[in-house]
Amino acid sequence: MIIITIVLVLMVLAALWASLTTLLLRATIALALTSAMLAVVMYSLGATLAAVLELSVCAGLISVVFVSVISLTQRKPFKDYVTRRMSRMRRFWPLPLVLIAIGVALSFAHAPVQVALPVPGGDGDVRTVLWTLRKLDLFGQILILLAGVFGVLVFFKKDETDGD
Amino acid sequence: MSDLLLLLPFAALIVINVLPKAARGAAWIVAAVVFGLQTAVAALQPFGLVDWRFLGTLEAAIGFRLGLDSLAVLLLLTAGLAGLASLLVSRASTARPRTYFTFANLLLVSLIGINGIAMVQDLFTLYVFIEVTSVAAVIMVAIRDREQGFEGAWKYLLLSAVASVMMLASVGLFLLTGGGVSFAEAASAVASGTAEAWIAAALFLCGLFIKSAMVPFHGWLADAYTEAPPAVSVFLAGIVTKASGVFALMRLAPAAFGGSSTGTMILLVAGAATAVVGAFLSLTQSDMKRMLAWFSVSQMGYIVMALGGQPGLALVAAGVHFFNHTVSKAQLFANAAAVERQLGTRDMDRMGGIAARMPITGGTSAVATLSVAGLPPLAGFWSKLLIVIALWQAGHVVFAVIAVLTSLITLAYFLSLQRRVFFGTLLPEWSQVREAGPAYYVPTLVLAAITVAAGLSFPFLLPILLGGGA
Repeated sequence: MIIITIVLVLMVLAALWASLTTLLLRATIALALTSAMLAVVMYSLGATLAAVLELSVCAGLISVVFVSVISLTQRKPFKDYVTRRMSRMRRFWPLPLVLIAIGVALSFAHAPVQVALPVPGGDGDVRTVLWTLRKLDLFGQILILLAGVFGVLVFFKKDETDGD
Repeated sequence: MSDLLLLLPFAALIVINVLPKAARGAAWIVAAVVFGLQTAVAALQPFGLVDWRFLGTLEAAIGFRLGLDSLAVLLLLTAGLAGLASLLVSRASTARPRTYFTFANLLLVSLIGINGIAMVQDLFTLYVFIEVTSVAAVIMVAIRDREQGFEGAWKYLLLSAVASVMMLASVGLFLLTGGGVSFAEAASAVASGTAEAWIAAALFLCGLFIKSAMVPFHGWLADAYTEAPPAVSVFLAGIVTKASGVFALMRLAPAAFGGSSTGTMILLVAGAATAVVGAFLSLTQSDMKRMLAWFSVSQMGYIVMALGGQPGLALVAAGVHFFNHTVSKAQLFANAAAVERQLGTRDMDRMGGIAARMPITGGTSAVATLSVAGLPPLAGFWSKLLIVIALWQAGHVVFAVIAVLTSLITLAYFLSLQRRVFFGTLLPEWSQVREAGPAYYVPTLVLAAITVAAGLSFPFLLPILLGGGA
């Protein structure tokens, strides 16, 4: 339990870093760290497969995609970066305090939610879940990826042929 | 048949992407065929004129868990019509070949998302297909490569992401408290009355309220609609926000979250507030597209308010208004696109007497205006009448009165639009203006004909709708 608590605190810190930093590359690293911490929590709770997927897809694959897209962008001048960082600091400085306040409040509150956690791995083969029970969701995921490809084309690729 | 409604557009998506670069102009034709086919199938289905039994083996092999009821057919039909109108407008309004090709792709992705929303049977899959539709829509808003487009897309994306987090949290809670995420399991969890189930239901409802741009989550919609290219506006306003927000509410209100007096009151209050706020915001606009955007917010409130009416009739009323509103709104946005293209402005204060130079646009706009204002015998009259009756029969007299008053405000701002844009003396600077071309007026003529035909035939259609439970 102590390990999970420490990892959860680290996860929140990494998520804060991802939200507050002005550099996309740092935000990507922070997000990957957040995912890695989440994977540790999942593993500790017995959801091994979820942890492996979180680590490989969210911390690994998505970070690679982010870095690839960032490589298509141009870095702003250092002066702009400093101004933007100061502006962000001014706007978001209460965020860590709010998070700490919420965390302290929740630690004193007795949450009314009573849930029965499913037994890890109790539903059998993950292949059955993915390819039989949830194949429609998998189809939806493929479509979101496809839409994402068109998103990269629209947002990052300039058409040099003619004007609209 | 339901599986094919997802796989056929997907096959079309693959086909247009394997075409040689020189033949990519055919993307428009392939997309039009898919949308046309869907419209025809959905229009014939309620009359039992389509027999899909021969596809049984194929369906069994694919094995998606989908359901095709009257409500789903309604969404399939409206999506087909809105898509066709949008494709036609894009033909004339999109100059760059790559934009045009990307638009056809995203339109097909959106269609699969919307078809999924129509037919899914559980909350998680509903969430997945709402995401498919939203992601495609966000990219479409920014497709014109202008700063304002990016701003509209960014606002849409940001609020959409908040809604997604809420819905995903809700799905997790339902999984833990109800043991599953099918509509039936969610309904039984809510019926059990536990605090956890209510939190889950409230989170999902909040997510859908954001997607539907219900008050107080309505801020993003006007920017997204206004800054999107004309063809995207037609599709986005016509069907996307309605499918991913209001339709999902129509599906869930009776099936999963409905029945309780608290749930009904939430729908009534949120719907009434949205209808009234949207109507008053419309009254104050001088930008034509922005006015239509707020009008859209108001009408979505109307539909949600209807869901709080007499069970059974409420869903029919909401469904019929959903269809009428889609048709009229797609028509009005196509008209706005035509006016903007020919005049180069959306500022209604700079217009006047345009109907003299653009009689088809002016005429179809008048038909849509009269319908959305609820004047008989057009389609909008019947749906608004049904909504008022459903609210009255359920004993919600105050909300029935709000519905009538909102309708009067709608009439006021649409008469103002007609007067400022189309009627009155033609300003000299517009004396050389002409119709924008068939790509603009053909869809509006077809949609106006549907509005008139649906209105005239409604007394004959109503027994079918009531019998089928809409």
